[in-house]
Formats: sequence, structure tokens, C-alpha cells
Amino acid sequence: MNLLSNLINGISLGSVYAIIALGYTMVYGIAKMLNFAHGDVIMVGAYICFCAMSYLNLPPVAGVLMAMVVCTLLGIVIERLAYKPLRQATSLAVLITAIGVSYFLQNIALLIWKSDPKVFTSVVEGWGGLTLFGGELRITAVTLVTVLANIVIMVCLTLFTSKTKKGKAMRAVSEDKGAAQLMGINVNSTISLTFAIGSGLAAIAGVLLCSAYPTLMPTTGSMPGIKAFTAAVLGGIGSIPGAMLGGILLGVIEIFGKAYISTQLSDAIVFAVLIIVLLIKPTGLLGKKISEKV
Amino acid sequence: MSAMLEVRDLHVYYGSIHAIKGISFEVNEGEIVTLIGANGAGKSTTLNTITGLLKPRTGAVTFEGTNIVGVPAHKIVSHGMALCPEGRRVFLQMTVQENLEMGGYTRPASEIADSLADVYARFPRLKERQKQTAGTLSGGEQQMLAMGRALMSKPRLLMLDEPSMGLAPILVEQIFGIIRELHEAGTTILLVEQNAQMALSIADRAYVLETGTISMSGSARELLTDERVQKAYLGG
Repeated sequence: MNLLSNLINGISLGSVYAIIALGYTMVYGIAKMLNFAHGDVIMVGAYICFCAMSYLNLPPVAGVLMAMVVCTLLGIVIERLAYKPLRQATSLAVLITAIGVSYFLQNIALLIWKSDPKVFTSVVEGWGGLTLFGGELRITAVTLVTVLANIVIMVCLTLFTSKTKKGKAMRAVSEDKGAAQLMGINVNSTISLTFAIGSGLAAIAGVLLCSAYPTLMPTTGSMPGIKAFTAAVLGGIGSIPGAMLGGILLGVIEIFGKAYISTQLSDAIVFAVLIIVLLIKPTGLLGKKISEKV
Repeated sequence: MSAMLEVRDLHVYYGSIHAIKGISFEVNEGEIVTLIGANGAGKSTTLNTITGLLKPRTGAVTFEGTNIVGVPAHKIVSHGMALCPEGRRVFLQMTVQENLEMGGYTRPASEIADSLADVYARFPRLKERQKQTAGTLSGGEQQMLAMGRALMSKPRLLMLDEPSMGLAPILVEQIFGIIRELHEAGTTILLVEQNAQMALSIADRAYVLETGTISMSGSARELLTDERVQKAYLGG
């Protein structure tokens, strides 16, 4: 029963990682850059939701929506101001800029919300969870909502990229920007859209993360950000199902590591698994190596 | 009558490298015009500049009387011209049908079905493989897909960059047969080729590009029998 309970917790944590990893993987697929500020967008989302609920006394749903709107706009603005001018620059310059944006967001948060941790009220506060096997297995409402949200997001994104015109254009841009332009696809607005979606999802992830682990600080986003990035690489960066798989695996490994091996070592175990996977399959679990016909 | 596409005194640089050194040429409605020349002569650079993927330092490009220098690449296709790029550049991870849909990206959804039917009628092989990803196609099929994709925008001017590259002779014949058919159906064609023999055999007029300048021009028939062309490009 303990095993099952750990597994469920792992999947729940992994679902948060998966949602964050989607932002990394989609942006990487389109813009071929690692947006290291992505983790901090999660933190901003959580703070916005916190403020909406605690200061404005808005209902949780409104708080989540507000966080999504603010983060979506934030994502678009970050891309426009920080990354778009570097479209032709080397990837190292873009990477350093992304780290800069990350620190910038953390310090802005520090200015606005100060360094003392806020206690985040769960957005599903008061909802009952599930109790199974005569009380032996309890699944909290946060866990259920997180896993459900992850599934809904995955289904929507898959439908978006496979069925809609904008979604297909996104895939075209991620394969070949020049050819996509020849088709009449506006590459800049497609990149913008990708950042918007990724950042909107980051807001959801932030809210879910803080509902499960209620301490909110300006650095709250960095570790989950790095873990989610690891998840994206583990699953194969650029691949949407890969982000899902990588995220869930990572969450399960982390919780199992904590439960059965060592609490202190659990992060090290997570990264060790990443290293092993990359040694065996450098493109990640679902990453494809494209061989071009010339 | 003014030309459909007019290029005047075009200069293009890659950094400090002067790739195109003041070329001028025109394509009239209903013609097949070919730019021939060796590797590195600047043929693809010229096409990429016309489509806005590269920006010229100076010079003018007008299409149907409109200046299109500075028009972003993604807006060129709605002017009525399409480029089938060098190396085909189909979207390998997308299906054949999705590739074609991308070709019709700027057109209203209601017209896509008709265009798809047209392209499938011209390339039955693509219809057979419509659900396969483009990466699974052979080189010749990918070339057909790239051409079909360009046709999806219903261009009045179709630009083809090295459509014969890397294809077996029998496929080259087939591709050139299709180019001729498209031309007969009323599409104006600007063809860039290293295969001078094939290009000159179907073109009305030709320009010979040498290290960024036009060294010869004239009717395709004249150039086909010209001694210098024969020596340099036709292995004669």
C-alpha cells in the first residue's frame, strides 16, 4: 500500500514537472533555445495567484486565470525584449541572456514580495480527496487535480499540434524556419505564440506545485525549473510526449528515491538517471534523430 | 508589356563576401526562364533574395509592378509567387498531406480541398502516400512533394531551385515533364539549374550566371548551340 501511495505521489509530482517541461520542450523545438527563465515564470504565476486569493479575496478559479493571463503576457514580453533581438546570435549568448532573465525575475519578485516565504493556500482547499481500501490509501485533492490537469493539457496540446492550422505551422517552423516562411508562415508570431502557451502552462504548474508544497519564495521556481528541464532532456527535448514521459518518470524516481534510498540523495539519484539515459540514448527516451535525405 | 518579374542591378553580400554583383534580368508572363551556372555562381542566392529570405544591399526587384525588396519572406507567397527551394526542404516529420496544407497556408480554408485534389491529380504518387511522413519518401517523391507544396499557393510565378538535384536520370525526365505541363497550364516559371542541358531544352530564355554576374543571356536555343556554353556547361 505504501508503494502504491508513493507511486501516486510520484506521478503527481511528475505531472507538475511534465507541465513545466512542456514549456521547455516547445520553446526549444521552435526557437532552438533553452529558456532558463521558464522556472521563474512558474514562481511569478504562483505569486499572482497567491495575491489574487489572499489580497483581493478572489475565488481560486479567478486566481488561476489571472496567473495564466499574467504569465502568458510575461512570456510574450520576455521573448520580444530579451530573445527576439538575439535571433541571429550564437546560442551561448542566448543561453546567458536566459540566465540573466531568470535572475531578473527572481530579483523583481524579491523587490515586490520580499524574501520571507508566503504560505500558499491550496487552490483546492477544502476539497475532499479519495480514500480507498478502507482508509489505507488516501489520495489528496491536489494530487487528483494535478494528474487530471496534466492529462487534459496533454490531450489539448496533442490535438492543437496535430489538427489545427496554427499548431501544424508550429511544427513546420520547428523543422525548418526558412521553408516555413516560404509557405507564408510568420515565424516571429509563431515563436511568440509558443512562448505564450508555454508560459500560460507554467502558471498552472506554479499554482499546482504550490498547492502541494505551500512555501512560496522568489526562488521557488528554480529547482522545479531545473528538474523539469532535466525531464525534458530525459524524454527527448523537442518532443511533447517526451516531456510527459520524462516528467512523470522523474517525479516517480524522485519520490521513490526519497522513500526507499535517501532523502538527501534523491536529487542526486534523479540526475544520475539522466546521465545514464543520455549515455545510452543521447537524444533522450523519445527524441528522434532525423536523418536527412539529400 | 512590362515584365512579370524584374530584377535590376541586384547586389547581395554574405557578410563581406560580395555574392551577387549587380545582376539584372526579367521574366515575362508565360515564359520559362532559366538561370544556369556552376555551383557557387549565385543562383540560389538570387532566388533567396527574390523571396525575401536574404536582403539585398542595393537593387530592385519588382513583381507585377510592385517593389518587393524589403517585403518579409512570409508575405511573398501571397503576392502570387512561390519558391520550391534547393534541397526540397519538405517537412520531414509531417505527413504528405500536412506538407501540402502548409503550402496552402495563406489561402482560405474553403479553397484547400480543391487545390489538394489538383495536386493529387498531378502527382498520383503523393495521393497514395498522403498519410506517410515526408521523411519516408524517396528523393524523387520528395521533389514532387516540394513542387506540389509550392503549387498549393496557386502561384502565377513558380520558382524552382535545382529540381533535378540528386535524382536519377529517369526521374529528372519526369520532373522536367511536369515542369513543361505546369507551363502549358499557364504558370510562368523561373528555373535555376546546374543541369544546363535539361534546363535549356525546355526554357524560352536563359541567363548564364558566373561568380555573381550574368555573363551571357539569350534565347535558350541560341545558348544551347553557343560554343562557350557548350564548353563550360554542356560537356561539349
